[in-house]
Amino acid sequence: MYHWDFQVVVQSWDLFLIGLWLTLLYTVGSIVLGVVIGLLVCFARLSDFAVVRIAARSYQEIFRCTPLLVQILWFYYALPLLIGVSIDNSVAAILTLSLYVGAFYAEIFRGGIASIERGQHEAAAALGMSGGQAMRRIILPQAAKRMLPAFINQSVIQFKNTSLISVISVGELAYMAAVVNGETYRPLEAYTVVAVLYFLLLFPLTQMADRLERHLRVSD
Amino acid sequence: MDESTLMNTPRSAAAAPAADDPILSVRGLRKSFGSIEVLRGIDLDLTRGEVLAIIGPSGSGKSTLIRCLNMMEVPDSGELRLRGRPVARGFRSRNGSIGVGELRRHVGMVFQHFNLFPHKTVLENVIEGPVVVLKRPRAEAEAVAMDLLARVGLDAKRDAYPNHLSGGQKQRVAIARALAMQPDVLLLDEVTSALDPELVGEVLTVVRALAEEGMTMAIVTHEIAFAADVADRAVFIDRGVIAADGTPDAVLHNPEGERLRAFLARFHA
Repeated sequence: MYHWDFQVVVQSWDLFLIGLWLTLLYTVGSIVLGVVIGLLVCFARLSDFAVVRIAARSYQEIFRCTPLLVQILWFYYALPLLIGVSIDNSVAAILTLSLYVGAFYAEIFRGGIASIERGQHEAAAALGMSGGQAMRRIILPQAAKRMLPAFINQSVIQFKNTSLISVISVGELAYMAAVVNGETYRPLEAYTVVAVLYFLLLFPLTQMADRLERHLRVSD
Repeated sequence: MDESTLMNTPRSAAAAPAADDPILSVRGLRKSFGSIEVLRGIDLDLTRGEVLAIIGPSGSGKSTLIRCLNMMEVPDSGELRLRGRPVARGFRSRNGSIGVGELRRHVGMVFQHFNLFPHKTVLENVIEGPVVVLKRPRAEAEAVAMDLLARVGLDAKRDAYPNHLSGGQKQRVAIARALAMQPDVLLLDEVTSALDPELVGEVLTVVRALAEEGMTMAIVTHEIAFAADVADRAVFIDRGVIAADGTPDAVLHNPEGERLRAFLARFHA
């Protein structure tokens, strides 16, 4: 029978706290940057210019069809060889995480906008709205509601995906678990604590998302 | 027999007196979708206060024609004028020519499938155009909107969302939304075709009241009896051209031409 001993883990509470902070930082940072990238790429996908559309699509497929872990390693170890400048692990981490999630967000945004019926565009146009006004006032608010479940789902995945940047020694939660494990030889306690921390943060978020979704359904 | 021999143009812009100048006029309008030419040279004038019924078999091009009148469809060739000023392709108006944006501020449209904004309440639907496009103060726009909603009998539904309304109610809100822009012309594109039969009457009543108030309208409709009753003039579109044009009585009750008679006969069968 395994003898659980959380004492050693509790002694390293400061490491877990720093890890937690960095996990949140990289999650929020990459989501914010990812939304910006996603919007830009989404509108590029809807562009009238074929070159712009193809460029946006190529970016999306490259980042959607290669593993995030490989991307992180590539940006940290391979890219510096190409450009001749070494990249800080934090820069490589935020860059890769943002580009990765941005590719998925762009698809969610594009799908949401494309799902709005042509009649809505026509009704807005018939009132004399410009394309921008119609997009802001009529199309995006409706599309946002439809995008929300997929957006939240992708963001939850993103939260957990930040654990992958531990491979380039960014000191987020999963990395700290490895550190504590290395110091104490207590993998069961270290990784269980980390798993519980991820769960405790994400579970309330998914519950809140469900409530938000129900709240937004009032006009249906 | 060539259809064009049936065509008569009672209101020639050149011959008409100044007061009779058309608000909207089209000349030589052509429009193709792929290899199918839907409109094959349409000349049409719409005069202030006139209620024009556009009838014709499905696929005749009547919906495409009315959708060209506010550039919802962009014609391949031909000219559209609003009060004599040519309409350009771009959104903004510039020296002399009217942009699509300005055209649509003067020419409202009501759709077959209502196209209300589902994320906005009834009142928000009606004030959207005045507030966003005309930059009217919200309070003023709301006062106008409530008047309009009262006229279509839906002031009690101001805070309801469209999905909680019946089809007839939705279409009356859509009419109020178009009227809130205080348009010079209202285009009605088969506004009762998507309604359950028992809900058609309430929408037609609203349209009839507008006609009596002197609203200039072009109405694409399958309601032949209604068209005969409410319109000042009827045109029969067939295979992309105007095959008959005259008073509703002449066009609908004493039809000339084989195809028009055959078309109308179906409504009496």
